[in-house]
Amino acid sequence: MAAIEQQGAASGRPGGSPETSFGDRFSMRTRRLVWVWSFLALPILFYAIIRFYPTFQAFYLSFTNWDLLRPAKLIGFANYIKLFKDPQFWKVFKNTFTYLIIGTPISLVTAFTIAFFLDRVRFMHNFIRALYFLPFLTTAAAMAWVWRWFYQPPPIGVINDVFSMLGIPQQPFIRSTDQALFSIMVTAIWAGLGFQIIIFMAGLRAIPSTFYEAARIDGLGEWAILRKITLPLLKPTTVFLVVFSSIGFLRIFDQVYNMTTNDPGGPLGSTKPLVLMIYQTAFNSYAMGYAAAQTVVLFTILLIVSLLQLWILREKK
Amino acid sequence: MRKATLFAGLVAGFSTFAFNAAQAVEIEYWQYVFDTRVKAMDQLITEFQKANPGITVKQVTFPYADYQTRVIAANMAGNGPDVMQLFYGWLDKFVAGGLLAPLPKDAFPHAKIESDFFPIVKAMKRGDEYYGLPTAVRSLALFYNKKLFTEAGLDPNNPPKTLDEYVAAAQKIAKRDASGNLTVEGSTLDMGGQDHQWWREVLIRQFGGVPYTDNDQKVAYNSEAGIKALKFYTSLQLEKKIGAAGFMDEGQAAFRGGKAGMTIDGTFRLGAFKSIKDFEWGVTELPANAQGVRSNYASYFANGISAKAKGEELEASKKFLAYITSPAAMDIWLKTVGELPALRSAALTETNLKDPIYAPFLKGLEYAHTTLFMDEQAQRQNAIDMANRVLLQGQSVEDSIKQAAAAEQEIIDAAKP
Repeated sequence: MAAIEQQGAASGRPGGSPETSFGDRFSMRTRRLVWVWSFLALPILFYAIIRFYPTFQAFYLSFTNWDLLRPAKLIGFANYIKLFKDPQFWKVFKNTFTYLIIGTPISLVTAFTIAFFLDRVRFMHNFIRALYFLPFLTTAAAMAWVWRWFYQPPPIGVINDVFSMLGIPQQPFIRSTDQALFSIMVTAIWAGLGFQIIIFMAGLRAIPSTFYEAARIDGLGEWAILRKITLPLLKPTTVFLVVFSSIGFLRIFDQVYNMTTNDPGGPLGSTKPLVLMIYQTAFNSYAMGYAAAQTVVLFTILLIVSLLQLWILREKK
Repeated sequence: MRKATLFAGLVAGFSTFAFNAAQAVEIEYWQYVFDTRVKAMDQLITEFQKANPGITVKQVTFPYADYQTRVIAANMAGNGPDVMQLFYGWLDKFVAGGLLAPLPKDAFPHAKIESDFFPIVKAMKRGDEYYGLPTAVRSLALFYNKKLFTEAGLDPNNPPKTLDEYVAAAQKIAKRDASGNLTVEGSTLDMGGQDHQWWREVLIRQFGGVPYTDNDQKVAYNSEAGIKALKFYTSLQLEKKIGAAGFMDEGQAAFRGGKAGMTIDGTFRLGAFKSIKDFEWGVTELPANAQGVRSNYASYFANGISAKAKGEELEASKKFLAYITSPAAMDIWLKTVGELPALRSAALTETNLKDPIYAPFLKGLEYAHTTLFMDEQAQRQNAIDMANRVLLQGQSVEDSIKQAAAAEQEIIDAAKP
C-alpha cells in the first residue's frame, strides 16, 4: 500500500489512487474484461441468488417432508412415489398436455393465418393490428373474469344469450367436465394471439421481396410460394413461437385459476393444470416437500419439451 | 444538605424511571387485513391501553392469503406475534408446530371457559389444554328475498321453518323462460359456498347420522344418512329443480342480484348484503326436519398466545387476551364488524335476541356444530367434487358418497401431524 502511494506521489498526480496503478499494470484487454465482468457480475449474482439457489433448494426439498412448521426430514423418493401413484397427478398431467398439444398448434396456425393476410391488408392496417394486440396488454386476471361471465348460463351469459337468439341449444361451458378445458383454452389462445401475430408479421417482413418477385416471374402459384418460400424462411420465427407458446401452455395458471376460483381447476379437476396443483399443494395444504417434487417434474417436462422442439425444428445443414 | 436532597431526588428519579421501564411492555398482535376487523381492533387496543398504561399493543396485519404463511415463517425466524388471531381449523397445525402456548389456567380457568362461552369453543381444546378463545363467532342462517316471496304469493313475514316448507317455497319462486332456462332460482345451490357445511353438519344430522366420529378424524358419512342427505341435496337441482349449481356464477351473487329467493349463508355475509337497495331481505333459522331437529355450522377466528411470549410479555399478553374476549370488547366487535359475541352473556342479550337479523344466527349457535377440519380447503373441494359427480356426470349418489368418504379419509390421514 505504502509503495503504491509513494509511486502515485512520485508520478506527481495528486490523489493518486490504486486505480491508476491498476490501470498501469494491466493491458487494455484485461481492463476491458474486468469492466465487462464487473457489469455482468450483478445480473449473474442476482440470478444465482434469486433463481438458481431456489431451484436447487427445490430439488433438495423434493426429497423431504417439509411442511413449513417442522424441520425438513429427508424421506428419499417417497414424494415421487406418492406423486406417480396419485390419480389426481395423472389427470392434471393429461390436462396440461391437452392444453399444450391442442393449444399450441391452434394458436400458431391462427396467428400465422391472421398475420399472413393482415400483412397484405393496407386499409386500417395499424388499427387492426392494434386490435389484435390489445388482449396481450390486458391483465390475464381481468380478461379471465370477463370470459367467465361470458360463459355463464342464462340469464347473464352473453354467449348463451346469442345462442338462444340463433336457436342453438344452451351450452354449460365452464360448468361441464367436457367443455370447461376447451372453453378456458380458447381464452388463453385469444390472449396470446396478438403477440404471436406481431412476431409472425415481423418474420414475414424480413423475407426479401426479391424472392417473391423471382418466384412470380417463374410462374409459381400462391400456394407454392407459401410452401416453398414463406414457410421455410419463416422457420426461425416459428421455432421461437413454438417453444414460447409451448412453455406458456405448460405453465398455464392465471386463466384457469381466475375462471374457476370457486372450484379451482374444476369442475372435478377437469381444467386443473400442473401449476395449479403445485400451488394448492404448497399454499393450501402446506405440503412443501410434495409440492417441490411436483415442481421438479414440471421442470423436467419443460426441459424435455423445449429441447425436443429445438431438436426437431433445428436447422438442417 | 442540598447535596443530600439532590441525591434523594436522583434516587427517586431513577427508581421511578426503573419502575416505568419495568412496566413499559410492548406486545404485538397479528391478524389478517379486513377493514372492519382492523378498525375494531384499533379501537380495542386504544381502550386496553387506557386501562393498562404500562402496556403498548402493536397491531400487525397481512393479507388473508398470506397470513398463515407469514405466521409460520415468522415463527421459524423467531420473531412472531405475542397474541395472534387464527382460524379454529388451523389449530392442529399451529399446535403441532409449537406456535401456540396453552392458555394459563390461572387467568383462563377451564370451568369458566366452558360455562361462559358457546359450546363450539371446545374446538380450541386439545388434550387437557385450551389454546385460544374467540372474540366473535359466525353461524349460518337462511336469507330470503321478501320481494320474491311476495311475488310468488308467499308470506314475506313467515319464511319456511322446515325442509319441506323450504322446498315448497323454493318451487313456487323458481322461474324459467320459454326454453326452460332458469331465470330466478328458488334457492341457491352452491357447494363451494356454504352448502358443503350445510350438508356436512346439518343435513346429515337431520337425516339421522353424523358426518364424522373420533373427534372428526374418522369419516362416517358413508351411511344411509349420508346417502339420504346427498340425495336430498342433489334432488333440489335434479328433481325439484329449485335452482342450479353455477347459476349466476355464485349463490351469493344470485341472491344479491335479486335472482334467488333464498340462500344459505353466514354472518360474515351481512356486510355485503346490507348494501342491497333493490329489495328487502330477511333472515331465518336454517330449516328443521320433519321431526323438528335443527343443526347449524359455526366457525370462528380465535386469539391465542404465542409460545415465545415469556415473562412480562406473557403477563401483558394474558391481560390483552382477557380484554379482547371480554363482553365489552365483544360489544365493540359486534357494532364494528357485525360478528356475534362468543360469550353467551354478551350474545344472548335482550336487544340482540329481538334483533330480526341477529336472532336467527344466535339461535343457531345454541345447537351448532363445528367441524374440526384437518385440511379445510381439500375437504371442501372433496364435497364440491362429490356433488359435481352426481350433478354433472350422473354418478349414483351411493357411489359418489363412497368415493368421497374414502378420499376424505385419505386427506385427513395425510394431514395428521
